[in-house]
Amino acid sequence: MAPAIFDEMGAEGAEPRPAYRVLKDWLDQIPLDVLTLRREEAETFFRRIGITFAVYGEGGDPERIIPYDIIPRILEAAEWEQISAGLVQRVNALNAFIADVYGAQEILKAGIVPSEHVLLNETYRHQMQGVQLPHNVYTHIAGIDMVRVGPEEFYVLEDNCRTPSGVSYMLENREISMRLFPDLFERYHVAPVDHYCDDLHHTLASVAPRNCESEPTVVVMTPGIYNSAYYEHAFLADQMGVELVEGPDLYVKDDIVYMRTTQGPKRVDVIYRRVDDDFLDPLAFRADSALGVPGIMQAYRAGNVNLANAVGAGIADDKAIYTYVPKMVEFYLGEKPILKNVPTWRCSEKDDLAYVKEHLAELVVKEVHGSGGYGMLVGPKATKEEIAKFAHALEKAPEKYIAQPTLALSTCPTFVNEGVAPRHVDLRPFILSGRETRVVPGGLTRVAMREGSLVVNSSQGGGTKDTWVLKS
Amino acid sequence: MLSRTADNLYWISRYMERAENLARILRVTDRLSLMPAIAESDGNEWHSTIVVAGLEDMFYERYDEATPESVISFLAFDQENPSSIRNCIETARRNGRAVRTALTTEQWETLNTTWLELPGWNENRVRGSGLNRFLDWVKDRSLLFHGATVATMLRRDSYFFSRLGTFIERADNTARIVDVKYHILLPDEAEVGGGIDYYQWASILRAVSGYRSYNSVYRQGLKPGLIVEFLTLREEMPRSLASCALGIKESLDHLAEQYGQRHECHRMAGQIHSRLRFGQVDDIFRQGLHQFLSEHIENNNRLAYEISRAYLF
Repeated sequence: MAPAIFDEMGAEGAEPRPAYRVLKDWLDQIPLDVLTLRREEAETFFRRIGITFAVYGEGGDPERIIPYDIIPRILEAAEWEQISAGLVQRVNALNAFIADVYGAQEILKAGIVPSEHVLLNETYRHQMQGVQLPHNVYTHIAGIDMVRVGPEEFYVLEDNCRTPSGVSYMLENREISMRLFPDLFERYHVAPVDHYCDDLHHTLASVAPRNCESEPTVVVMTPGIYNSAYYEHAFLADQMGVELVEGPDLYVKDDIVYMRTTQGPKRVDVIYRRVDDDFLDPLAFRADSALGVPGIMQAYRAGNVNLANAVGAGIADDKAIYTYVPKMVEFYLGEKPILKNVPTWRCSEKDDLAYVKEHLAELVVKEVHGSGGYGMLVGPKATKEEIAKFAHALEKAPEKYIAQPTLALSTCPTFVNEGVAPRHVDLRPFILSGRETRVVPGGLTRVAMREGSLVVNSSQGGGTKDTWVLKS
Repeated sequence: MLSRTADNLYWISRYMERAENLARILRVTDRLSLMPAIAESDGNEWHSTIVVAGLEDMFYERYDEATPESVISFLAFDQENPSSIRNCIETARRNGRAVRTALTTEQWETLNTTWLELPGWNENRVRGSGLNRFLDWVKDRSLLFHGATVATMLRRDSYFFSRLGTFIERADNTARIVDVKYHILLPDEAEVGGGIDYYQWASILRAVSGYRSYNSVYRQGLKPGLIVEFLTLREEMPRSLASCALGIKESLDHLAEQYGQRHECHRMAGQIHSRLRFGQVDDIFRQGLHQFLSEHIENNNRLAYEISRAYLF
């Protein structure tokens, strides 16, 4: 039997949950054609300012708009307090873990995380061994994907410690919903999110290299306009008032990074890079990378520039490492983890694999290194052929997969073709770590626009919602 | 500011200006070709349009004959022609995306909306009266962009790089338009008010939005000598060579002031400007109009090169 699905507004016919009372009233009164009009307004706004998500090489419009659902998702202050404390705790532990992995490796010595999972991992960068970073921070901007299955039950689905994207949607969604529904904002006290970019700038400046004497020069580095998240890179640079650079704008001389400006070379101190490790420096990583800056790794290791997020931070968001995060919290912080993990079977382990193979039709199977909702099996929704194909793949390379129970993701009221209907959602809050660790109240809610679908990824037709955290 | 940003801003303005100029030239060509007197004369107006655009070689590699259809298709929509109106808009918008943070919201939205509307125009929709609507649209979009630039951009380096692009491109264009018709602009007081030449002279002025302003400046009918003076030496005519040279010089002076640094391009810009400012139309004719214009186009190109060298484009 399928588990009951928790609807955040409240089950059909029942009293709405307190946070949703006003919204429910409002939804009951507003005619559908007004909602349609509002949605069109929002779409025009997004097109005009060019918030697009680029998907190249699949045909069709290469610059797509991620569907924005105009109905907000609402979290109570108390709910958020719990989540927020848990996020700070979790990200502190993740940072401690990465620092440890590239330092003394205590957690490996203690046998809590098996060495081979770390040292043989594709995301482990030996070039970082022994490199000390300001404030011991490696994942300066983390995105933690969470799901909810009940009133009190939140789970962490995935940690994103490399280059989590989506924060621009969090900010633009707020912008547009304030334009469209000023009346709702009058009736709800919604905690603001628009200081995110200031916080980000402070965070980045706080991790400037020790030898940086004046106001640090921060830049955002993008692979360029064909990158799917280019809009976001430009948006963040703009909001912080810093330069948006591409690899060829930078060069390294005597282990110092400079950018080419109309007034000659200018030293760069902190790079918020949205370029993957592999492409960062053709001298250290992929030699064929045209996006990177030759010599930047050397400058980084010499402590003359800082990169956010750190090279090698991916070791903490690997799906096989994920299972150890609650233990990390205990090991490094001596605290009980506030946020729970989803129970996970590691297919690399014999017993787990056997169980997974038996229960494929009930489980979600994911590639350890996959992302974006590609290469994953949602058992209950899969056809016999798909299951057979995955069983075969598992047989061939079990270490590449993990499996989790199919969670009954919570739903939120969503405006779709049929009217207002419940759709499954997840939540990605963004956590900033520098001299201190902070979270803006809210995050990006992703919503599966198709009925019954659990896949919320934007590359798979998922949409987004504005996420409101109410002030207490 | 990043050198790449300066480069992009400069080229966005150049491409938008180029699209507008192409629209202006096509408009005039279309108008001239409707006049029986012209159709019967030597001139294939559509051919000379290709010459003005400086794209003779590429055009005749791709098309056999300069007909209204082939020229419009080539100059307005051809994907293979990097300077077609379509490609100018595509490139300007692509550059704009790459430097969004340096553009004002109004500039970006103008570029983006132009680009979004572009696919609505094609060879079929510009048949007959559709052509004028299309050319108006291009001109409007370009003027809107320049208006947004002037009205919303902070007066510092980014603005001056944008303006440099506009003036360099415009100077090149005005020189070319006049150059193609130099043979009908003879210094002697040819007979005014009749014949083919009259329409051709008027067409040159129209191409640079100068027909009515010419009349209000001179009040004595169309005379080739005055037309040449108007389009080269008169600073109050915004598309004249002198006016463009002034714009370039002033923009560069502002950059020198902001950066505290002067380069070879400053010397050159000053030289080009003073030559026009103190020049006389008789001297131009003595040197030979064609000679003068060719030299100007070349100097303008050299100046553009020096600007990119100075600011590390």
